[in-house]
Amino acid sequence: VSTDKLIVTASPHIRSLDSTPRIMWHVVASLVPVVLSAAFFFGVSALLQVVTAVAVALLTERATGKGGAIADGSATITGLLLGLSLPAGFPLWMTALGAAFAIVFGKQIWGGLGQNVFNPALVGRAFLQGAFPVAITTWPSVGGSFYTLRGDLFAIPFTHPLPNAVTSATPLGLLKFEGKGTALTDLVLGSTGGSLGETAALVILAGGAYLVWRGYLNWRIPASVIATVVALSAMLHFVDATKPDPMFMVFSGGLMLGAVYMATDMVTSPLTNLGKWAFGIGIGILVVVIRVWGGLPEGVMYAILFMNAFTPFINRATQPRVFGTPLRSAA
Amino acid sequence: MSFATGFRHGVHPPEEKGLTSHLPIRRMPYPDELVLPLRQHAGKPAKLCVKVGDKVERGDKVGEADGFMSVPIHASAAGTVVDVDWWPHPDGSMAEAVRIKVDRYAPQVARPRMVPHWEGLTTEQVVKAVQDAGVVGLGGAAFPTHVKLAPPKDHPVHTLIINGAECEPYLTSDHRTMVEYPERVHFGIRVMMRAMGVQKCVIGVERNKPDAIAALERTAPTDLDVTILPLTVKYPQGAEKMLIHAVTGVEVPSGKLPVTVGVVVQNVGSVSAIAEVFETGLPLIERIVTVSGHGLRKPANLIVPVGTKLRDLLAYCDGVTPDAAEVIIGGPMMGQAVADLDAPVIKGTTGVVVIEKGETREAGVYPCIHCGRCLEACPVFLNPSLLGDLARVQRYEEMAEVHLADCMLCGSCAYVCPSNIPLSQLFQASKVALRRAQAAVA
Repeated sequence: VSTDKLIVTASPHIRSLDSTPRIMWHVVASLVPVVLSAAFFFGVSALLQVVTAVAVALLTERATGKGGAIADGSATITGLLLGLSLPAGFPLWMTALGAAFAIVFGKQIWGGLGQNVFNPALVGRAFLQGAFPVAITTWPSVGGSFYTLRGDLFAIPFTHPLPNAVTSATPLGLLKFEGKGTALTDLVLGSTGGSLGETAALVILAGGAYLVWRGYLNWRIPASVIATVVALSAMLHFVDATKPDPMFMVFSGGLMLGAVYMATDMVTSPLTNLGKWAFGIGIGILVVVIRVWGGLPEGVMYAILFMNAFTPFINRATQPRVFGTPLRSAA
Repeated sequence: MSFATGFRHGVHPPEEKGLTSHLPIRRMPYPDELVLPLRQHAGKPAKLCVKVGDKVERGDKVGEADGFMSVPIHASAAGTVVDVDWWPHPDGSMAEAVRIKVDRYAPQVARPRMVPHWEGLTTEQVVKAVQDAGVVGLGGAAFPTHVKLAPPKDHPVHTLIINGAECEPYLTSDHRTMVEYPERVHFGIRVMMRAMGVQKCVIGVERNKPDAIAALERTAPTDLDVTILPLTVKYPQGAEKMLIHAVTGVEVPSGKLPVTVGVVVQNVGSVSAIAEVFETGLPLIERIVTVSGHGLRKPANLIVPVGTKLRDLLAYCDGVTPDAAEVIIGGPMMGQAVADLDAPVIKGTTGVVVIEKGETREAGVYPCIHCGRCLEACPVFLNPSLLGDLARVQRYEEMAEVHLADCMLCGSCAYVCPSNIPLSQLFQASKVALRRAQAAVA
């Protein structure tokens, strides 16, 4: 027996098969059907949005991150989620700017992967919302030929994009500003105006279910977000029938994408299971409050960002009692 | 969730016990040379009592107990002392050790010894006999067994718990002991209960060892209150505090010993060693070792003379495969990797596991993504994610505030960490650093 090849490491000497890149790439894989369904409704424009966002996110990661950081898959997720949160006709130079902003200001300035407080994709989207409020609320209608561009995608940077596509309001916008409802079947199937990832509730749920089954996604956050939104809006709808009903609330807007893929970002959500419940309930309440009483038709993005800020506090408050210590000493 | 037979959290590493769990215990022949470190147990090392050139019989002392928190070391084979010098210790350090050249022509029958008739002995005499025989906990920590037999007077002990959980992957030495020597286990329990004046005994065995449970049930005494309790299969079920919780439903207070809740825990192998003392008069000079792993050609459960070099042990098992990457003393979760195969098997060596390249932890470490898996794994409800962050910036005082001391280094957190962060290692180093800082202040 030769000792030449023996290695000496610290215990434990074995580990479970799940690694951070493996988790991240599974999330990426589960988002592919969501992208495809967006392409089904918005054609090549959807693919251009997503590809641009991912490519710029990866290039920015490469330029600013440590070597090999692209391999962990997290920048790809940021790019995908940002792309999916945009309307199909959004000028691509804005998409690119948002993706770069998401990586630099959403992640890298905090210290890179694992250190950021806010979801990077939502930081990017919040920036775009502030910078280009008109473009980001110009919603192309679904349908039409696959190759038709749904807006002035190739607008020259810093010029006004041309309004050259058929647009329509989102279901939430219709309700808020025009008092019009939308058929539930249209909402569930996704054949409504909206961002790319707002239109595929069932596909998003299926992707989330797959990740839960693999153990890569904690079901408590989406469950508590959706349950809170349902419960709260049911109460409001019962008291005042002009307020939207629970099914409308759950299947409209970015709620599914936000609850399943954005609120569950491990880095920016609480560590403890109890904390995850609190986090999800908080998001649910904020979504309903913003949608029903706020000035904006949609509130998922701000609800998640707001609760992200509370994550460190939730972590501290929900620390479990250490074995063998009396109650309440483990703060 | 029921607390009766398990605990919350914990992990499920692959058991890998099938490699050896069916193999009967065999005796390994004496090697040419034995190495007996004087430090094989928790407490003070033994005091050398032989010199180079001395002839020793099998079972003769080579080191005397140095005080109450110490036990003697005995020669595990007849032969000649050829050297007393520093030698690689299985824990990675060097230790003073007696090297014995085994006499090839000696019959290796132990010098006839008085077998104490245990029923006539007082507690003090039992404690003395167990100490003289050099018995220590065989579960790995090697805590002197006689100390546990004499618990402090201010804490009455109501239950003796026998640890047959054997939750580390690969290891099957306790399992085989329970299957093949259940009478000996029960006899050891009888001696302990009598010596300690304890009325109740519970043997905790993980459910994945039905044959061991059956063997213990079959041979259970009718005149003593001994229960065999099947436990949830989960790591670390065999950790002392987890086991006590599973059996009694009581949590041992943080920083306290099990006697504070009226319980003493003893490993299956250790009670069997006590039984041997009163059956044969032989001191602890050999132990059952599981030699296993995919990197080993012929896994086995072996009775190994204490002091056998790992090199000889592995050679007896037909050596290692070309892909063997790491030799671990103990199990893969808490065991120690060795660099030097000249290090010997000592009293606390539960097993030797050889793992292959593909099974080892790879080198790459990713940042903590705060997934929370470690919180779900930690059996004592710590926040390893936070502790890891603090350890990396050396904020040891803050680690102490969030209960670093309660970490038992079971490795569950590091096992599940997707970012491959060596949490156990960070915590062990932090504990050492904290102790040093506190010693400097005091």
